[in-house]
Amino acid sequence: MIGFLVRRLGWMIITLWVVFTISFALMRSVPGGPLSSERALEPEIEKNIRARYHLDEPLMKQYLRELGNTLQGDLGYSFKLADFSVNEIIAQGFPISATLGIVALGVALSIGLTAGIVSAIRRQSLIDVTLMSLATVGIALPNFVVAGILIILLVFLWPVFPAAGWGNLSQLVLPGFCLGLPYAAYVARLARTGLLDVLSQDYIRTARAKGLRTPTVILRHALKGAMLPVVSFMGPAIAGILTGSLVVEQIFAIPGLGVHFIQAATQRDYTLAMGLVLLYTTLLYTMNLLVDVSYVYLDPRAKLE
Amino acid sequence: MSEAKSELPSQRAAADDLQRYEQLWAEARQVHGVSLGRDAWRRLRRNPSAMLSLTILVVLSILAFLTPALPLQSPRQVETLRSFAEPTSEHFWAPHLQTPSAQAEGTNDEQWAAFWRDVDLKFGKLDAIEKLLLQARVAVFGPYAIGSICGTDELGRDLLSRLFWGARVSLIVGVVATLVSLVIGVSYGAISGYMGGRVDNIMMRLVDVMYSIPFIFVVIFIISILSEDSIKAWLIDHGIDRITIFFFLVGAIYWLTMARVVRGQVISLKHEQFVEAARTLGAGRMRIVFRHLVPNLFSVIIVYLTLTIPRVMLFEAFLSFLGLGVEPPDVSWGLLANEGVRVITPVKIYWWLVVFPGIALGVTLFALNFFGDGLRDALDPKLKNR
Repeated sequence: MIGFLVRRLGWMIITLWVVFTISFALMRSVPGGPLSSERALEPEIEKNIRARYHLDEPLMKQYLRELGNTLQGDLGYSFKLADFSVNEIIAQGFPISATLGIVALGVALSIGLTAGIVSAIRRQSLIDVTLMSLATVGIALPNFVVAGILIILLVFLWPVFPAAGWGNLSQLVLPGFCLGLPYAAYVARLARTGLLDVLSQDYIRTARAKGLRTPTVILRHALKGAMLPVVSFMGPAIAGILTGSLVVEQIFAIPGLGVHFIQAATQRDYTLAMGLVLLYTTLLYTMNLLVDVSYVYLDPRAKLE
Repeated sequence: MSEAKSELPSQRAAADDLQRYEQLWAEARQVHGVSLGRDAWRRLRRNPSAMLSLTILVVLSILAFLTPALPLQSPRQVETLRSFAEPTSEHFWAPHLQTPSAQAEGTNDEQWAAFWRDVDLKFGKLDAIEKLLLQARVAVFGPYAIGSICGTDELGRDLLSRLFWGARVSLIVGVVATLVSLVIGVSYGAISGYMGGRVDNIMMRLVDVMYSIPFIFVVIFIISILSEDSIKAWLIDHGIDRITIFFFLVGAIYWLTMARVVRGQVISLKHEQFVEAARTLGAGRMRIVFRHLVPNLFSVIIVYLTLTIPRVMLFEAFLSFLGLGVEPPDVSWGLLANEGVRVITPVKIYWWLVVFPGIALGVTLFALNFFGDGLRDALDPKLKNR
């Protein structure tokens, strides 16, 4: 177990280093840095500023300096947002994005598992077909289309929710739902297949034969085994929710990291973009690691290699 | 005499055998071997949702290809007077193009020249096939076009026509980008699996590392860098536009799973006798991999292909939505949905700008997903001959 964690941590550091190097190379290969704007600076002043920020040093030295700063947790200053360091922006946006992500994950798991279990139990009934068709719709429709339709319906035609913004609970419902919906659909399909597989196993027959009631059989015995495909899907789902938040935060005007990232990318705020890419890589890697570890607790047959 | 006598029964036996073999041969001729493809097609035909999806996809592709020949309005002509017109059946069949006619002024040649100038304004640069299709349209429908039955957008452009022209971009991006990822994934996976040993180990470790990089963020980063004016000008000088870049970037993301799947299959196939036979005959490594092993993976590859196309289309829509994908005046469905969502205001609801692009995207992705699932079931060898 310890060996496994150490090895994975080693790979994580290598991955982060690869991402850092690629981003650094890309950033510095672009003509026109943060100092080239429409209003050109006096050459002497620009030279001074370049010296101040070590932009006049050889590339290798800059690279090592940046790497050192990043290792100490200092991601530098934003090129575009006045007076903000990347760390401050992350500290502001991260709690918001994390809340949104957790709500979306909750939506995905609760709706998805319920739908999956119901349709597995009532297999090939009307409700099963309906739920599975809905799941396919949920997978096929991009979340910004769902968001657009829901805003028209639930904000303007029948005003139940506020259109956008951040701060109270009712502003959390629509974005969380839109973000979680596609993953709820995947989870429903996985849970249904998983549960159907498990229900035909011998140990379920044993459980039934010893006289347990159906809910007990499903909740206590079958569900644990049926969860395995769902758990291994959690890694990709978390990655997807991170990505989807780019769009959803944009639509609902939520001041999270996604909006910052898009702005950083379109305005070429390289330090911020790079800091966020590093953060997202770390998050994704940690989540995948957690998923792998929890897999072992659910499935005694699985071993950490 | 005795010799002849002893020969007779054996001759008779031989004749009997011959008859028996002929009988067997006749029976065998009646039984046809079922190839995997034919068997899969038979099973696919029994799956109504997959067949419906296939029909939708075929019709959609044909319509998208024939778009210049269909009587549609211009997808990019700005008419601010009819900004945000609601879907209407008025002017259902109205003249739209300046086609040469006997009543108009000027010689025939002048009229045609004016016609092509008009087309340039209304449809942008067309290639030879599109021009041919447009001429066919003029021959069949004359100057007429269908009215704005799906409404118009902020700049008064006809939504129906934009949907059709957007379909061309969205479908082509989906298919080409997936093919790029396919070429990379299949080559990488097949080589890694066939080589085995240390090479395989290193190649697969690399895939593992890449799996945990959130590529979408890196791609957005790269696209934003490549949109820098000077780089963009350089790229366009060398004939590379954003869509080409997009193909390669997407291809560079979506090959990871394909590589893993193909590697697994190659490892299970590489000790089969036909590989030994090829090696005995002196075939080189690359020849064995690409001529003997890869064709055997056809079913895996095609299933994966149909399931990757919707993901890529979704990704294109996603990037266009963020303003990093297809650039105006080109249209794609993602861009249309973006325009629709952007103009949602409490004052007035332009529902058609969200609903119609949403339906177009949804139906296509729905069909692709269903068809891919059906194809996977149909090609599953475990279900063969059932």
